[in-house]
Amino acid sequence: MASSVNTSPNHPYIPSTDSERREMLGVIGVNSLDDLLGDIPIEYRHPRLSLAAGLSEQELSSVFSSFAAENASSATGYISFLGAGAYSHYIPSTVRSILQRGEFVTAYTPYQPEAAQGTLQVGFEFQTIICQLTGMEVANAGMYDGPTAFAEACLMAARVTKRTRIGVLASADRRLPETLDAYSKHQGIEIVELSPDVTEIPDDLACIGIQSPNFFGAIEDVERLTKLAHDSGALSVVHVNPTALGLFRPPGDFDVDIVTAEGQPLGVPMAFGGPYVGLFACKKSHIRQMPGRIIGRTTDTQGRIGYALTLQTREQHIRRERATSNICTSTQLIGLMVAVYVATLGKQGMKDLASLCYQKAHYAASEINRLEGFSVETNGTFFHEFVVRCPASPQSVNAALLERKIIGGLDISDRAEKSMLICVTETSSKADIDRLVAALGEIGDRS
Amino acid sequence: MTITTNAGDLDRRLLMDRSVTGRKAFTVPESDVPAQELPDSSLLRDDVELPEVSQLDVIRYFSVLSQLNFSIDTNFYPLGSCTMKYNPKINDELANLPGLAEIHPLQPEETVQGAIRLLKALQDDLGEITGLPGVSLAPLAGAQGEYAGLLIARAYHDARNDDKRTVAIVPDSAHGTNPASASMAGLDVVTVRSDAQGNVDVENLKELASSNTAVFMLTIPSTLGLFEPNILEITTIIHNAGGLVYADGANLNALLGLVKLGDLGVDICHSNLHKTFSTPHGGGGPGSGPVMVTDELAKYLPKPVAEKADAGYLLASPEQSIGTINGFHGSFSIAARAYAYIKALGLEGLQSVSENAIISANYIQAKLRDKYDLAADRYCMHETVLSATRQKKRGVAGIDIAKRLLDFGIHAPTMYFPLIVDEALMVEPTESESKETLDHFIAVMRQIDDEIDSNPAVILEAPHDLPVTRLDEATAARKPVLRWAPAE
Repeated sequence: MASSVNTSPNHPYIPSTDSERREMLGVIGVNSLDDLLGDIPIEYRHPRLSLAAGLSEQELSSVFSSFAAENASSATGYISFLGAGAYSHYIPSTVRSILQRGEFVTAYTPYQPEAAQGTLQVGFEFQTIICQLTGMEVANAGMYDGPTAFAEACLMAARVTKRTRIGVLASADRRLPETLDAYSKHQGIEIVELSPDVTEIPDDLACIGIQSPNFFGAIEDVERLTKLAHDSGALSVVHVNPTALGLFRPPGDFDVDIVTAEGQPLGVPMAFGGPYVGLFACKKSHIRQMPGRIIGRTTDTQGRIGYALTLQTREQHIRRERATSNICTSTQLIGLMVAVYVATLGKQGMKDLASLCYQKAHYAASEINRLEGFSVETNGTFFHEFVVRCPASPQSVNAALLERKIIGGLDISDRAEKSMLICVTETSSKADIDRLVAALGEIGDRS
Repeated sequence: MTITTNAGDLDRRLLMDRSVTGRKAFTVPESDVPAQELPDSSLLRDDVELPEVSQLDVIRYFSVLSQLNFSIDTNFYPLGSCTMKYNPKINDELANLPGLAEIHPLQPEETVQGAIRLLKALQDDLGEITGLPGVSLAPLAGAQGEYAGLLIARAYHDARNDDKRTVAIVPDSAHGTNPASASMAGLDVVTVRSDAQGNVDVENLKELASSNTAVFMLTIPSTLGLFEPNILEITTIIHNAGGLVYADGANLNALLGLVKLGDLGVDICHSNLHKTFSTPHGGGGPGSGPVMVTDELAKYLPKPVAEKADAGYLLASPEQSIGTINGFHGSFSIAARAYAYIKALGLEGLQSVSENAIISANYIQAKLRDKYDLAADRYCMHETVLSATRQKKRGVAGIDIAKRLLDFGIHAPTMYFPLIVDEALMVEPTESESKETLDHFIAVMRQIDDEIDSNPAVILEAPHDLPVTRLDEATAARKPVLRWAPAE
């Protein structure tokens, strides 16, 4: 049995027939597949595998329909007020349409630039858009996600400054220093937590890592913190929300050195956490320490414009153990979604969208703040999300909301007493917000 | 000005060069809430400099750009070690079901039971396929899976207070991410030689394995497309020295149902879902690189790990987890596609994948070996590494052959890798391609070899019929232009 060519019926994904396999084996000069497997220890060849038989496409669809039906989503009548790093936004039809292009979807990394000008020009557009949104000079073609981009930015700051201590503001999402820790734990890097109000920093920090809007939704004083960093020879690394950049001054206005962001809000489904794309931009002077793929413009032998991967001597396939990072993806397809999204919204749309999100979140906050027992705790200007202190444990409030098909704010009682982080974007209608407020009012009255 | 009919003159203008003040492609809805006061104007920016184009502009621009690409959907793409197989369309559709695409990563577990059940099912199948039952789907790419694997090895040694183990032994044929990841994990990289047959030089390995060995990183099958015949001896050498064996699963497409890595003494491996399990490469990501380990090492896995408890499915953090290596739970919708692929093929189908991939690669090797040198003169697994050394002597290098293939609508093989092979052309046909396609590729490769004598210029100046000819990459690196700027 083990020595014969597989004689199972053909599968739609595998074209070779039995007679073709026999013919090819004949050309190779062997009788059976097993004659090609001589290097695999015979006692471990053809192990027993406990896997089910294959399914038809129709059967497969029903398996997945049942997975999908077991989740609470807008498709099953739920409304949600979760943010904290992943955001619900309307995705325009143009993004979904272009994402159907198999020529983008099923291409590889553009190692042969002549055969990948589409991918490369999109990447160049992506870099341009990230520079325009952040106000920075250069951007790479994309990282895995926001937290890994932030971690790589801090490691880059350590390389640039030749320092090993990294300051991160205590107001940042904890996933940022946690990911940084996993990235740096064996590189002699120490992570120091800093108060957002810090006025003096140790003189040996590689950077101050700032999230703005911070985890609690509040805009940080990036200008002051960046000056503070520069006064002691440290860099400023700022992790932003790209939607907010339609409205608020960009980090490039404040002499920030490196900017990172989660790209998901720009046209990418939440999809239970991924795949997303990390945005990464910096000052031009630091470019040779930048991790990741970079696309550059050049010309061909006939003088025509073309694009190619560039500055590759930073990268793992050339520099191996001395590379700036081990990364070898730009998460290009998600970068394509970002590029189509921002091109679609355009100059006016990005501004209008950020304003709309601002209006809705502030409306929701003011309505909730009026409720007996609830108070909005985020100070100053906030975007998208805000901290609400509840009259009972956030866990019990959320359980009561869930009974009403409302997924409430993120329970952050580990960071702020009896508090949840409520997020409102343009996908929440006034009716949705009013439904949340009414439900909270009922729940508050009972507790 | 005369308008020409030359369809070859592509309009390569960028979006900003197509921008016209006042045009728009989208309307943001009017606010339906009472007006809120905007923050202090000192916090607000002036207009963002972004394109102003119509909706058709957006669609036509990106559609035309897509046509400048080679892709699996449109071309044979035998790029070695990249496993450019067919990416089933149903998988994209299923991953985009609203109940999967529109769920938030921080939703309460009771509201995402279907999603976690899917992750658990994929973990189980990957554990079964590799023989390494501890699985985390958190890593976002192969390089991250590899890095997670190294952190697990370090955590294992640290837990035993075995803190002198600071060396990763890496074969000279390894992919660049292996040493780069080892370096990130704070390990010193020591290179073990390959022998004349392309195997790990066992005597050299014996000299290198010692009480400072943390981990041996072995790509299996190797980047030469070969299964390591001394695998059992190798894993024993490393284990006797107190080290762990990490297998780079980039080439797992050769092994489905044919052998389990865990049976061979491998302690840790990763798999690229975007290779073996058919999720689209997307022009360079997103990928997914789950890490698989023995039961003994499962407590160190990166979080989260999907588990089934009495009350239902949950996302757990292993007791001595190496931590959070990215934002949330890994590439969920990539995992969904990979699971759909495994379910569509089933046991027999997966075995058939590897069997056909191996037969196709050996068929190409057998049909080209009289014209092209082989990196190793023996049967290969799922890919064959040719060497254009004979062609180089006649004036045409591997890169020229690669560029000439593009003229025939065939994507180039992986070039100049592995580094230990001169003029390497690494060809991986995958099980997706029909015998007719393989025969066409073989005929083209033979014709190119003939062209070296009959018309070498046609190779040296290739490609001829693509949107651009060869690009000046040196200038691109010396004077980087990395974004649009207004014309001066």
